[in-house]
Amino acid sequence: MLNLSEIKRSLLVSLWFIFLTFPIMVIRVNPIEKIVEWRWGNMLLVGIGSFVISFIWRYFIRQKELGLKKIEMGEKITPLLKKLAIRESKYVKSLFLTLVIAAVLFPFVFSTYQTTIMTTVLMYVVLGLGLNIVVGLAGLLDLGYVAFYAVGAYSYALLNYHFGLGFWTVLPLGAIMGAFFGILLGFPVLRLRGDYLAIVTLGFGEIIRLVLENWNEFSFGPSGIANIPRPSFPGIQFSLQQATVYQYFLTIGLAVFTIFVVNRLQDSRIGRAWIALREDEIACQAMGVDKVRTKLSAFALGATWAGMVGVMFAAKTTFINPASFTFIESALILSIVVLGGMGSVPGVIIGAFILILLPEYLRAFAEYRMLLFGAILVLMMVFRPQGIISNVRRTYELKGIQK
Amino acid sequence: MEYFVQLLLGGLTRGSIYALIALGYTMVYGIIELINFAHGEIYMIGAFTALIVSSVLTLYGFNEFAILVLASLIAVIYSASYGFTVEKIAYKPLRSAPRLSPLISAIGMSIFLQNYVLLAQTSDFLPFPALIPEFNFLKNYEHVFSSSELVIVLTTVIVMTILTLLIKFTKIGKAMRATAQDKKMAMLVGINVNRIISVTFIIGSSLAAIGGILIASHIGQINFNIGFIAGIKAFTAAVLGGIGSIPGAVLGGFVLGWTESFATGYVSSDYEDVFAFALLVLILIFRPAGILSVKCEV
Repeated sequence: MLNLSEIKRSLLVSLWFIFLTFPIMVIRVNPIEKIVEWRWGNMLLVGIGSFVISFIWRYFIRQKELGLKKIEMGEKITPLLKKLAIRESKYVKSLFLTLVIAAVLFPFVFSTYQTTIMTTVLMYVVLGLGLNIVVGLAGLLDLGYVAFYAVGAYSYALLNYHFGLGFWTVLPLGAIMGAFFGILLGFPVLRLRGDYLAIVTLGFGEIIRLVLENWNEFSFGPSGIANIPRPSFPGIQFSLQQATVYQYFLTIGLAVFTIFVVNRLQDSRIGRAWIALREDEIACQAMGVDKVRTKLSAFALGATWAGMVGVMFAAKTTFINPASFTFIESALILSIVVLGGMGSVPGVIIGAFILILLPEYLRAFAEYRMLLFGAILVLMMVFRPQGIISNVRRTYELKGIQK
Repeated sequence: MEYFVQLLLGGLTRGSIYALIALGYTMVYGIIELINFAHGEIYMIGAFTALIVSSVLTLYGFNEFAILVLASLIAVIYSASYGFTVEKIAYKPLRSAPRLSPLISAIGMSIFLQNYVLLAQTSDFLPFPALIPEFNFLKNYEHVFSSSELVIVLTTVIVMTILTLLIKFTKIGKAMRATAQDKKMAMLVGINVNRIISVTFIIGSSLAAIGGILIASHIGQINFNIGFIAGIKAFTAAVLGGIGSIPGAVLGGFVLGWTESFATGYVSSDYEDVFAFALLVLILIFRPAGILSVKCEV
């Protein structure tokens, strides 16, 4: 692998990137004070970095091509999850039990701060699973998912502000509002194909945010809404710490509920219809699947979770403003789904844990968070489009028939 | 009346910029059916490069004209190189992948480039030097139509003409049209499709850089985030005119520019971006093929 032509190629790549990044990475100007700063160290970094990366890149490209060839030759590659499931089906139960115990004990072992982070992660798990219905199962790329999240959060904040409605009343209302907006978005985009759909949903998300930002009489504009009450429990006044723990358990409840529902949905008639729609729209219609209903139900059911998490989010932070609902948030949720594996429930859960916890614990890293998300989206698509844990395609195995 | 003319000309200027960026979207879409999400970022990088180069040159005491020419030239070269590299990294390995994959990859590239500039440079708005000189003969009409606006409109017209001629009459233009119509067939008649795709990216990115320099010099400030909104709006323009069609992109750019200009002038300036997005959503719902729906013409 380390022959001369390979090194030469990498050297060329390295030189190209040194050239490419020269003005942005090396020079920094301050036009006001008229100072130019030359950062030659960065040049060296780019050179060495791209030299090394180009080797890795080519290695993985070769691996991928090898894999494709193997599939072409008819070799069957069992996905990781299936392998695990076949070999260790008896351990799955005990693993699940351990997870449940760990989750229950977590807030009592770790600090309030850790519990808050874990709550956030679980919220993103639910968001990821919701988006997974739309993107992963139904194959509709939704770039404005954050709009439904905002709808949920603002439903709670405004209903509470004007009518004094409590958390438990608004939680189902938030879900309904989310679903309603999902259908509202779904109707006009029924006819659109993949990429157009992506742009329209992106535009929709931005419209919602811009309206929230500018319509002061309705949403109090960029200054947002403060003093949103935390979730209540009849008859008990919580201290701040207790409230955090309480919220944590609520989120766990929601996450478990979501996992359960999404798992059941996948195997239901409508879930199969989504997958069929993703694979081939025309064939799917020919089989008698109602396209309109299937698509709308995907949008509505996906948005429902975002609406609920929105309510949770407003109750958790007690303050919301439009800045929490930018496109970046949508991109983050999409990264979770893509990294984990589109259509795979355990994948999305793992994806949420990685993408939320990593920047949280590697503080020095936090700056590079968005850079990393972008890179993850590209790299995952190039090298592992199916995600960390690929979705197991259901297949019928005919046992007992032997030729 | 004067207010109307002012809005009309303002819309024309905006529209020119949108058209310049929209051409990149439309050409790439025409050839590989991909919404190049990172195109807005290429435009931003073009503007940033021009800012950096012109600042350095100012410090070394070059004269204004030399700065304008050198900064523009270098910015165009760099934008073209970025466009070329982005295609090689993020899109080329995905040629045969399902449609959703390159789109997600493009979104990733866009986020990556934005944050690359943010981290390597700054998140603040930077003042952009007025590279375009003031013309004396426009002195009296300054409040209606400034000289930078004149330059923007003129440049757009010239660039469009050159591009149309290039695609209609040169060999490479012919190859581009062939690739857009049928990639496999183009390969069979001996067209190097990969090279044509690269050339398309290079041309599109250069146009974006020109748009970036012009608008930055007109508005007077830039930051790492300008590409996002401009990109979506230019895409709107491309779709408006019928994606894949070059005259369509220009027409779409002007329609969008005027819509925005009049809507903000007569209705409300708070919702500037909402008008653009609403127009996009409406056009996609009612006429997804665009105003000029000419398929297969790069």
